[in-house]
Amino acid sequence: MLGYGVATIGPGLAVGLIFAAYINGVARQPESQGRLQPIAILGFALAEALAIIGIALAFVLGA
Amino acid sequence: MSAIAMTAIPTEGFTPPGPGDFNLPPVGYTQETAPTFEFLGQTMYLGVTKPMIQLALSVVLIFAFFYYASRKRAMVPGKLQYMGEAGYGMVRNSLARDNIGSHDFMRFVPFLVSMFFFILVNNYFGLIPMVQLPSTSRSGVAYALAIIAWAVYNWVGITKHGFIGYLKHQTVPAGVHGPVLALLIPLEFFSNIVVRPVTLALRLFANMFAGHILLLLFALGGEYLIAEMGGVYIGAGLVSFVMFMLICVLEMLVMFLQAYVFVLLTAMYIAGAIADEH
Repeated sequence: MLGYGVATIGPGLAVGLIFAAYINGVARQPESQGRLQPIAILGFALAEALAIIGIALAFVLGA
Repeated sequence: MSAIAMTAIPTEGFTPPGPGDFNLPPVGYTQETAPTFEFLGQTMYLGVTKPMIQLALSVVLIFAFFYYASRKRAMVPGKLQYMGEAGYGMVRNSLARDNIGSHDFMRFVPFLVSMFFFILVNNYFGLIPMVQLPSTSRSGVAYALAIIAWAVYNWVGITKHGFIGYLKHQTVPAGVHGPVLALLIPLEFFSNIVVRPVTLALRLFANMFAGHILLLLFALGGEYLIAEMGGVYIGAGLVSFVMFMLICVLEMLVMFLQAYVFVLLTAMYIAGAIADEH
């Protein structure tokens, strides 16, 4: 579980970068929000999947 | 870190919440008297459990909501009709139409709307007093939902392209020729057919599970600090309760977002399956 805490750094950074890029894009071009939002959420979900697989493995291997 | 903190506490009576807290015995039984059966080497409870009742209740709630919201169908909507229209319109426009495309999104709207509201209500069961257990934090519920989504997007792809055509469509990226394909085809097959439903299910399940275990930890820990430890620990217990409330607010967001992401990804996979070319 301690290792999992360390492992969340990567996906955490990735999610942060994705939303930073999304906010930047919308701030520069507000009309692109509709097109960027699904892409941002898809990228967020894919980056988050790594953290999710991590927590599943933590329980599987810990049990 | 936690081991050091644990040894500093004079009485080691606190048992932190774990996965066992989600495995409730069937309704009407205690942990000892519940009938069990063996399944894949695991001992399981036999009977109607709380998540099962919640799943049935959520269907009744969603049906009642949309039945009463759509009963009058007034030109000037009332409050209930407005809520129904807003919820339905959000899924139809921002999830289905923007992803699948305006040509053939309409036949997937009933599926996506029911899936979204089913997941949403079952997530929010985690915050309703007296219920306090998101049914989607049981992995079986999430697996079932992911299998349904997986079956639907593969089925529409196969009916559109034919079985071989669909496999080719999903595994051969456009504009790639030669020996690179030997590397890419297994990779694409793995990511499009195998990993997608697994991540879909695990994302929903693990978010609900982790969020709920966090709530349990702060609530039980705060209660233990105040009721059992007393003295100077009461302050820490109060901080723990404040954290509990803050995380409740965060969970409200996460619960909505997970239902949204699940249906968004389902819509995207359907769109990918019925797309004409890449």
